[in-house]
Amino acid sequence: MATILPILPETLLLALAVLLLVLDPFQKKEGNRRLFLGMFTAFGLLVILVLSLLFARPADPILVFGGMLRFDWLGFFFKMFFVFAAAVSALFFMDMDRLNQRAEAFLLLLVATIGMCLMASSSDLVMLYLGIETTSIPLYILAGFLTGDDKSTESGFKYMLFGALTSAVLLYGFSLIYGFAGTTSLYALGNHFSKFDLLAIGITFLVLAGLAFKVSLFPFHFWAPDVYEGSPTPVAGFLSTASKAAGFAVIIRLLTAVFPVISTDWSLILAILAALTMTVGNLIAMAQKNVKRMLAYSSIAHAGYAMIGVVAFSQFGVASAVFYLLAYTLTNLLAFGIVGIVGHVTGSDDVTAYNGLGRRNATLSLAALVAFLSLAGMPPFGGFVAKFFVFASAIQSGWIWLAVVGVINSIFGLYYYLNILKYIYLYRMNNQDEDQHPIPVSRPAKVALVVLVIGVVLIGTLFGPWFGFANHAALNMF
Amino acid sequence: MVFISNHLLTLILFFPLLAAAIVLCLPKDKLKAIRWTALSASLVPFVLTVILWAQFKSDQPGFQFQEQYSWYAALNSTFHIGVDGLSLTLVLLTTLLTPLALLASFNITDRIKAYFMLFLFLETGMLGVFMALDLLIFFMFWEVGLVPMYFLINQWGSEKGEREIWKGIKVQSRNYASLKFIIYTMAGSLGLLLAIQLLGVLFNTYDLQTLYSNWAALDPNSVILHFFSLGLTVSTIKTIAFWAFVIAFAIKVPVWPFHTWLPDAHTEAPTAGSMILAGVLLKLGAYGFLRLVLPFYPAESARYAGWLAFLAVMAIVFGAFAAFGQKDFKRLVAYSSVNHMGFVVLGIAAAARAAGTLNATIALNGAVLQMFNHGLSAAGMFFLVGVLYDRTHTRNLDDFGGLFPLVPIYGGILIFTSMASLGLPGLNGFISEFLVVRGSWPVLTLYTAVAMIGLLFTGAYVLKGIKSVLHGPLNDNWAHGEHKLIEINLREIIVMAPLMLLILVIGIFPAWILDVINKAMMMLFH
Amino acid sequence: MQFPFLSVIVFIPMVAALAVLTLKPEQKKTIRVTALTAALLALALSIWVYFGYDKVAAGYQFVEKYNWMPMLGISLHFGVDGLSAPLVLLTGIVMVTGVMISWGIDDRPREFFAFLFILASGVFGVFVSLDLFMLFFFYEIAVFPMFLLIVIWGWIKTREYAAMKLTLYLFIGSVVSLVGALVMFWTSGAQTFDMLVLETVKFTPGFQITWFLPVFLGFAILGGIFPFHNWSPDGHVAAPTAVSMFHAGVLMKLGAFAALRVGIMLLPEGAKFWAPLIMGLALVNIVYGAFIASVQTDFKYVIGFSSVSHMGLVMMGFATLKPEGLMGAGVQMFSHGIMTALFFAAVGMVYDRAHTRDIPKLGGMIKPLPLVGIGVIIGSLVSMGMPGFSGFIAEFPIFMGIWKTQWVVAVIAAISIVVTASYVLLVVRRVFFGKMPEEFEGHIPPINWLDKIALVLLMALMIGIGLFPALIVPWVQSGVQHVLTLLGGA
Repeated sequence: MATILPILPETLLLALAVLLLVLDPFQKKEGNRRLFLGMFTAFGLLVILVLSLLFARPADPILVFGGMLRFDWLGFFFKMFFVFAAAVSALFFMDMDRLNQRAEAFLLLLVATIGMCLMASSSDLVMLYLGIETTSIPLYILAGFLTGDDKSTESGFKYMLFGALTSAVLLYGFSLIYGFAGTTSLYALGNHFSKFDLLAIGITFLVLAGLAFKVSLFPFHFWAPDVYEGSPTPVAGFLSTASKAAGFAVIIRLLTAVFPVISTDWSLILAILAALTMTVGNLIAMAQKNVKRMLAYSSIAHAGYAMIGVVAFSQFGVASAVFYLLAYTLTNLLAFGIVGIVGHVTGSDDVTAYNGLGRRNATLSLAALVAFLSLAGMPPFGGFVAKFFVFASAIQSGWIWLAVVGVINSIFGLYYYLNILKYIYLYRMNNQDEDQHPIPVSRPAKVALVVLVIGVVLIGTLFGPWFGFANHAALNMF
Repeated sequence: MVFISNHLLTLILFFPLLAAAIVLCLPKDKLKAIRWTALSASLVPFVLTVILWAQFKSDQPGFQFQEQYSWYAALNSTFHIGVDGLSLTLVLLTTLLTPLALLASFNITDRIKAYFMLFLFLETGMLGVFMALDLLIFFMFWEVGLVPMYFLINQWGSEKGEREIWKGIKVQSRNYASLKFIIYTMAGSLGLLLAIQLLGVLFNTYDLQTLYSNWAALDPNSVILHFFSLGLTVSTIKTIAFWAFVIAFAIKVPVWPFHTWLPDAHTEAPTAGSMILAGVLLKLGAYGFLRLVLPFYPAESARYAGWLAFLAVMAIVFGAFAAFGQKDFKRLVAYSSVNHMGFVVLGIAAAARAAGTLNATIALNGAVLQMFNHGLSAAGMFFLVGVLYDRTHTRNLDDFGGLFPLVPIYGGILIFTSMASLGLPGLNGFISEFLVVRGSWPVLTLYTAVAMIGLLFTGAYVLKGIKSVLHGPLNDNWAHGEHKLIEINLREIIVMAPLMLLILVIGIFPAWILDVINKAMMMLFH
Repeated sequence: MQFPFLSVIVFIPMVAALAVLTLKPEQKKTIRVTALTAALLALALSIWVYFGYDKVAAGYQFVEKYNWMPMLGISLHFGVDGLSAPLVLLTGIVMVTGVMISWGIDDRPREFFAFLFILASGVFGVFVSLDLFMLFFFYEIAVFPMFLLIVIWGWIKTREYAAMKLTLYLFIGSVVSLVGALVMFWTSGAQTFDMLVLETVKFTPGFQITWFLPVFLGFAILGGIFPFHNWSPDGHVAAPTAVSMFHAGVLMKLGAFAALRVGIMLLPEGAKFWAPLIMGLALVNIVYGAFIASVQTDFKYVIGFSSVSHMGLVMMGFATLKPEGLMGAGVQMFSHGIMTALFFAAVGMVYDRAHTRDIPKLGGMIKPLPLVGIGVIIGSLVSMGMPGFSGFIAEFPIFMGIWKTQWVVAVIAAISIVVTASYVLLVVRRVFFGKMPEEFEGHIPPINWLDKIALVLLMALMIGIGLFPALIVPWVQSGVQHVLTLLGGA
């Protein structure tokens, strides 16, 4: 049993996926099927979460499976919130008409999660690439899942094209590394990249380009808005959170394990990238009229904030980046969840669809308030503390200008998040008959929303323990 | 009883506030109750002041009946009050005039609750200034007194009249006058406020008696205030502060050329307001000169006494001319105040120049007595104008004429009071003006001589006023019909009676009050 | 263990906000009663804290400390000193009166009170926080509900613009300070956000001089310092009555207070270096604010700009770095808080009835609304620094402080007194006296008893402090003492 512990979540996920496929044909009635698929997946993921937390906690970091995986807190921590994100997404899937009848959708979700888990803990280039592809391919399909919908199809296709391209670049980088160092083990590679030369720059550039695509860093961000806009909203939510977090897990591991020495030299470029990412994301987001596109650009910007922590390149910095991703994941899932619900009822993702939301469903609006304020970085929500730590880490490492850019960016951000709240609370529907147009929220979605809101508030207030975990994860990296 | 005698001043000072609180609790449609409560309550401070007068030991130097309570400990300012002969006289004047003014206001019907309360507030404000022995407290009462007066003029002033302020924009005269009154005085007090702050910063206390000695002890050549590299020596600062004080008080007195607010305020104020304004408020300025300017700035006062005397003489002469030129009865009386207060300032200027001499003491005696006297006669005159106005709703002198036969009692009283104002020997005005002139003559001969010429015009305008109202051809309008002039009534006579009585008593037997004043002046300025 | 007064005060509004949110939107009465109860409870506790504060012992009292995140030295560290105790009380008072006069809010009262109370919670939190992190935490909590409150319930013409402007300005200010605070945190090497510890850290003068300005000005934006005062009048005008009260009455103090706590107390050398600049800015505030106020025709704009002018006095008091000046500033924060709360309450009452705030269109309001008129009159007297009212108690020592540093400034600043006097008196007369326009005849219903209680309470405080400065001065003085020690016993 000891050997399976490091991959307990992955194993259980696989088991869950298989069970889902096996049990699915027994569901005949449409209503039941929706309920079964969603609840089974979500509940199963919850069980996995609990079991992993109870039994699969790592001790000191060790390499397992022949050095393919590293069993450490960073990986574990990320895995836990992939599973969590998947569970929440499964609940949101239940409201999407063309997703909730298809076991495939849930299956793909689970498979992608497996891939992410592997990404987070892989310590070998081969394993890493495998993990990335295991994640990406199901997500390409999910993005284009609504085959009847042009936008969704376009989105899936686009995602796949760009994804394939960058995968190729990444793979090229990996092969160069292997050719250069003669090993694929990340932790053995570190010794070969101890000085800053042209080759190292080239390789790092290729690898980073590939990963930057995953986390949508500038200038590899352009796919995100189109893909998010077209894909089913819960999928977009999952894409923008778990998938991005997985990318960051890899970046953190690579930078700390493979390029610890030259990372300090790289960090100026990374800092500039982070600054540009934030700025571009935020500035474009301001001009958006479609909420999903706006969230897409905002998620680009958030990648930039998280990057600040990485740039700081200290234990505290990494911890703050991890913490940032945690807060961001919860918050963005919440935001996309709400967008999904509203889009489902109104049939539109335009900002004007939010007119009068405050009167149509006051509780949902409060949830939106929490989500957007947390994204904007307002206490007592997670976003504030996360930003605080990220900026603190930048300043600790002497990146005062980066912190200032981040701070200015958070002002841009505040502007457009508040703008949405204006639509929700201030503007009215055309006939001012909000009473006639309630927005119902299904029970699973309610559960998901409540969990997320509580999570966002908890992280924003009792941040000590959470940051403790993140710090633990970072501790293993240095 | 012990409590009362130990807290006599606080009781006098705050009883009006208590009375105001009682008035506040009365239902607002019970006009009678409100009037009588206010009046009888205002008599209490008067009675207490009489007791105070009786218990006052005029031979004893310094302040008596002192009371001191902690107030603004952080700034070392205490609630310190006390009286000497100077302030006692003015306290008496205030507590005497307030009931009379209230009685004179019995014909007011509009919002009388607020009206009477404001009057009582005003009384406390004025008394506070006279009693304060702490500069901060002095300033507090000095400013606070403005507020009730502002509203009295603004709300209960004459409703007629408009005034063009700016390119055809017109405002009600009473609004104009009240704002002018308060802004003028506040702006004037700015310098005073700043100077007080400076004193506080320098000595870390506001107690008058301490400040007198500390301020004088400063080395005149030391540099205390810096503006970058520029420093000001003590003597420069003292000069500036001197003028700051002087301007603040000169506006209140008012001394020419700062007097322009006064005719406006008087004209628009309700009758009782004018009584108090002329009777007491103007004295605040003169009191300020005596209590603060002379003790604080003996050297500066002596140096600039000539200027002060010049201004005083201008006030006397121009006040008289202006009064002579008025067609409005009330404005005439208002300008007469400028004229009369000029004598007070002249006396003060003479005393400043010749500090410590017999002449100075005589001049000061005259000045203080003139303050008291003017309080009586001006209050009386304004009231009489008010009486006439109530009946005729006009104050234009051209509208009157030959009224004596119609209202003989009124006519008699008017003539009597006018004569006091004119300075007829045997009445109070003569005594005080004589003393001022006697004291000033050797010190400021030229100015006094010019002032004497001014006195001539005083006679002229007073007589003109009497002539236009009481004598000459009768305006038929007042003889018959609905506008028939009614004789002065009992209430109004009761208002006038104490004033006339005192005018006469002081005119014939001034010793009882001069004694107190004289001893105070001797002790203060020797 | 002592009863945790401060945390209870901080969290009462928060809990009440959540409680109100669980009610149904239709239960308007229950919502209001809940709100009032919570507000009264908070007020009662803040009164207890105020009078329980031992002025002789001074220092921080009612201290509570819970480790929140030991790794970074973040703790939930609450305590009041002589400067913050009056402000806590002020917040309690404004909260109660704000709820009282918002009784009539009919559009989504549930959200209104919830947001208002979150705001209140943030405000309480800032005043009692002794931890830099927590200070920012609560500071932001106090800022964002403002946006919603203005946008949803504000004046329809300018609310969107004003709310966004206000929020962005304040947010910019706070994040600029935040950067400074973080730099301080790392530079100190103390590994703690505890301000009591940071106070004892000796930053190099160069560091202090570099970072004082961003930290101080960042917070001072909320205090309305020139040239960053622009958000404030717009915000005041657009906000609904209770929010204006909170905004001018308490929030602006929040900025000033934080500027003192973090800027001056933690970076005293920087404060000494930059004091002349701050003084200059504050002087512009005072004089320019008064002049601008005097040419406004909108009742609420007049008050808005007068707040700019009065907050200038607070900044001025700080900039003197003298005992008198600081003490005056402390009293001025309280006095001005009460005064503007009253002003805005009164403006709101007039506006609710007349539906206009255009001064030339109003008149004669004293007849139907006597108490409002008296309230505004007393407020005006406070505002012009009339002795006998709280404004004088505050302004006088501030001026003394200025005399001690730069007398020319005192002379110039004094101009504002006359300007203020002239415009407030004009406004009072035009709005409350004179002839009432005919369209208002019979259309001005009297105010209800809750409004009356609120007005009387505020008036009583202003007069009470004016007559008995001992009601507040010893508290502030004991707080100032500590500031002076940090400044090197000046």
